[in-house]
Amino acid sequence: MSTPIEEFLQQNERQELLRFTTAGSVDDGKSTLIGRLLYDSKGVYEDQLASVQKASVNQSAGPLDFALITDGLRAEREQGITIDVAYRYFSTPKRKFIIADTPGHIQYTRNMATGASTAQVAIVLVDARNGVLAQSRRHAFIAALLGIPHVLVAVNKMDLVDWERGIYDSICDEFRDFASRLPPHDLTFVPISALLGDNIVSPSSNTPWYEGRTLLDYLETVPVGNDRNLGDFRFPVQYVLRPTLDFRGYAGQVASGIVRQGDPVMVLPSGRRSRVKSIPTYEGDLPAAFPPQSVTLCLEDEIDISRGDMLVHPLNLPHVSRRFEANLVWMSQEPLDRNKPYLVKHTTQLLKASILALRYRVDVNTLDREEAETLELNEIGAVAVETVRPLYFDPYPRNRVTGAFILIDPLTNLTCAAGMIIGPLAEERARPKLLEGLQFESARVLAAERQERYGHWPATIWLVGDVEIAWAAERKLFDRGCVVQVLADEEHPDLLPALARIANAAGLITICAVSSFDDEARRQAEETIGAYRFVVIESGDLPKDRNEAADSICRELEKRGILADNGGSFSLGSGI
Amino acid sequence: MDLHRLTHLRALEAESLHILREVAAEFANPVMLYSIGKDSSVMLRLAQKAFHPGQIPFPLLHIDTSYKFPEMIEFRDNYTREIGVRLIVSKNEKALAEGANPFKLGTQKCCGLLKTRGLLDGLAEGGFDAAFGGARRDEEKSRAKERVYSFRDIHGQWDPKNQRPELWNLYNGRIDKGETIRVFPLSNWTELDIWQYIYLESIPIVPLYFAKERPMIVRGGALIPIEYDPPLLPGEKPQMVMCRMRSVGCTFCTGAIRSEADTLPKIIEEMMLARRSEREYRVIDHDQEGSMEIKKREGYF
Repeated sequence: MSTPIEEFLQQNERQELLRFTTAGSVDDGKSTLIGRLLYDSKGVYEDQLASVQKASVNQSAGPLDFALITDGLRAEREQGITIDVAYRYFSTPKRKFIIADTPGHIQYTRNMATGASTAQVAIVLVDARNGVLAQSRRHAFIAALLGIPHVLVAVNKMDLVDWERGIYDSICDEFRDFASRLPPHDLTFVPISALLGDNIVSPSSNTPWYEGRTLLDYLETVPVGNDRNLGDFRFPVQYVLRPTLDFRGYAGQVASGIVRQGDPVMVLPSGRRSRVKSIPTYEGDLPAAFPPQSVTLCLEDEIDISRGDMLVHPLNLPHVSRRFEANLVWMSQEPLDRNKPYLVKHTTQLLKASILALRYRVDVNTLDREEAETLELNEIGAVAVETVRPLYFDPYPRNRVTGAFILIDPLTNLTCAAGMIIGPLAEERARPKLLEGLQFESARVLAAERQERYGHWPATIWLVGDVEIAWAAERKLFDRGCVVQVLADEEHPDLLPALARIANAAGLITICAVSSFDDEARRQAEETIGAYRFVVIESGDLPKDRNEAADSICRELEKRGILADNGGSFSLGSGI
Repeated sequence: MDLHRLTHLRALEAESLHILREVAAEFANPVMLYSIGKDSSVMLRLAQKAFHPGQIPFPLLHIDTSYKFPEMIEFRDNYTREIGVRLIVSKNEKALAEGANPFKLGTQKCCGLLKTRGLLDGLAEGGFDAAFGGARRDEEKSRAKERVYSFRDIHGQWDPKNQRPELWNLYNGRIDKGETIRVFPLSNWTELDIWQYIYLESIPIVPLYFAKERPMIVRGGALIPIEYDPPLLPGEKPQMVMCRMRSVGCTFCTGAIRSEADTLPKIIEEMMLARRSEREYRVIDHDQEGSMEIKKREGYF
C-alpha cells in the first residue's frame, strides 16, 4: 500500500509542462501578477516572503510588494524596473509552469523575443486605465512573430476603473482589431486585478458580467498538445556516439515528427537512405521517439554521418538550400552590416553566412513595411541570407525548430539577431522557365510507388568528361532493369537541369553528360534537381576502362540507396 | 491524447540531455563541476544517459575546501569509481597552508579563497573551456536570470548586465582564448523536480540527506556540525540531534535541520511542508545584502 506522499508523487509525476511568457509596459503590473501567481500557488517559500517583507519595510513601501518577489538584480531594485529575462517556476496539481518574465521597457524588446522563443502561451498585460498602448501592440506582434500559438490578454487594474465592463469591452475590441493583422493565433481575454487577486485563481464577484475562465484556470487547461509538429520527421544529428567498434549511434533531439524502429530515413545532405535499427536508451530500447525527446538512433547501414547532418523521412523532405528569406529581430548594439560576414547557428550547424539583401523593416506599431539601410537594436525586418553550405529548413510557422536560427558576430562572438525563416530565396522560388507551372507536387502517384515498380529511386547523374562512359552506364543500368536515359547536349547545357528534373519526377534515372561544369552551374543544377538526388561524377575519377567505369557508377548509386544492392528491389515500408 | 506527450520531468530531462550533448560536441575541453550534492547526482545521471552506451566524455572536477563531511568524500570516491568517470580534485593548497578556515576568516573570505579561487585555479589548471554546474534558477533570486550558457571573461567574471540573449535551444558557445562558459543543464529544474527525479530513477545520494542522530552544536535555531572543531560559545557543547542536511557543502556553512525524514518520500513530504526555503540555513547567502550576486560577479559557481 502506498502512503499519501507516494500517491502524491505518482500523481505529480504525470504533470505536464507549460512554458509561458509575460509581457507588459513598465507599469502594467506584470511583476505583481507573477508575484501573485507564485504566492497564490504557494510557490513562494515563507522565508523568501519574509525577506521581501523586510526589504519593503526598509523602503517604507507600505504593504507587501509582490514585484519584489520577482525582481532579482540589485540594479533593478534600485531602478525599480525589470531589465532582463527572469525565469520563474510554480506548479499546480494539473501543470508545472515555467514563466519567462520579460521586461516591458522599450529598449528591451530583444529580451521579450528571447522569452517568447520557447513559450507556448503569451500573457500580454494591458492597463485598463491606459488602453492598448504601442507597447502592447509591440508585444502582440513579437509573440506572433516568434510563433506563440496562444495569447492571453489580461486587462489589469480593473479595480481602478470601477470594474466597468464598457472599458474592458472596448480594450478587447481594439486589441482584436490589431491582432487580426497578425498571423493567426488563439486569442483570449480576461479582466483582472493582479494586486487584489480578482480572476487570478478564483472568479471575482466584481465581474459578474465576465463568464470566462480565471487566469490560472486558463493556464491549467489551454490545450497545447497539438501545437507540436508531429508530421514532418526532422532529426538534426547532434553528436555521434562510437563507444565500441560495433556501435554507432546518432544522438540528437527530435525536432518534429515521429520516428519508429524500422522506419526508412534519408540522410541530408548525402541523400543516403537507411532504416532505423533501434532507438537505444539508458533504460532500454524505445519503439518510437517524438519531439522534444533527446534520443539516439542506430541505423541498419554503415553510413558516414556527422554532427550537422539531418535525418528525415525520404518522402517528407525539408527545403535544402544555401539561400533563404527570414525575419530578424536585431539584438545587438552594433547595427546590421550587410558587408560583414556573420555566423548562422541553425539546428546543429554553425555556418558562415552573409546578408544578401535587407528587404524591409517593420514598423511594429503600424505593421507597415518600410525601406531601410540597416537594422538597429530592437528593430525587426526581413532579409535574404546566404550560407556557405546548405541548411535543411522548414518555414518557421510550420516548424519552430528547423525554422529558427541565431546570427552571431564572429568578431565579438555576441548573438546579434534571432531569425525566423520565411522560405527559400524569392528569386529561386521562381523556377527555370521550362518548369514554370509544372505541378510535380500534386502528383497522385507517389515517388515510392514509382520506386516499387521500377526498383530504384529517381536520380540525376551529372557526368563531367567522357560522354562514352554515359552510354556505357546507361547500357549497364538498363540491363539491370532500370528506367534510364542519357541527356547529352553540348549546345544548350543550361537546359539540362530542367529536363533532368522532369525525367526524375517521372521516376527515371537520368545521366547528363557534359564536358565541363563550373561552380555556379553546379549550384543551379543542384538547386533545380534537389541535392538529395543529384550525383556529380567526374570521369577522371573513374577507372580508365569504360565498362569498369560504368560499374563504379552503379556502385555509387547502390551506396546512396538509389539502387538496391543485388539488382533486387529496394522496398519502402509504411511509416508515414 | 496522452500519446506522444512527455511528463514535465521527461521534458526537463530531454532539455538537459540536449545541453550536455551540445557542450560535448562544441567545446574542446569541457568539465563537470561536481559538488557531491543532490543536484550533482542528478546531473551525473543525466550525463550517463546523454552518452549511453558510451562513457561520459569529460572528467568531473571537485573543488575540495577540505572542510567537507567525511561521508561526502567517501561517497564521491566510491560512486565515481563505480560508474567509471574520471575525477579531478582541486584544492587551494596555498590558502590552506596559510591556515584559511571559516572560523578565522569569516565565511565570506573563506568562500572566496577556498571555493571561488579554488574553482578558478582548477579550471585554469585543466585548461577547461566549458564547465557544467548544477545550479538551478529557482534557488536564488539572482540565479533566475542566469543563462544556460553563462559567459565568463578571462577573469572568470559574470556580467549580469551584458549577457548574451538565449533563444530556442540554440546556444552560443563562441569564446576567445582564456574565456569560458559555465553551463547549467539543470537551469529549469526546481528542488521538487530534483527530488522527484532522484526518487523516480533511484539515484544514489550522500547519506547526509537522510535523517539520523548526529552530534551537533545547537546555536539559536541553527544546528552546527562538530567536524573540524568550530569554536564554541560559552556553555555550548555537542549534543545528539535527530537531523539531516537540506543541502550539503562545507560542514560549518551547511546548516542541518531537525528532521525524522529517513526515506526519500519522507524527505519530499518534509520539503513540501517546509516553511523554510532550502538556503535559509546556508549562512553564506545571508552574510551580505545581495551576497550571491556579488559572489557570482567574482566568479563563484
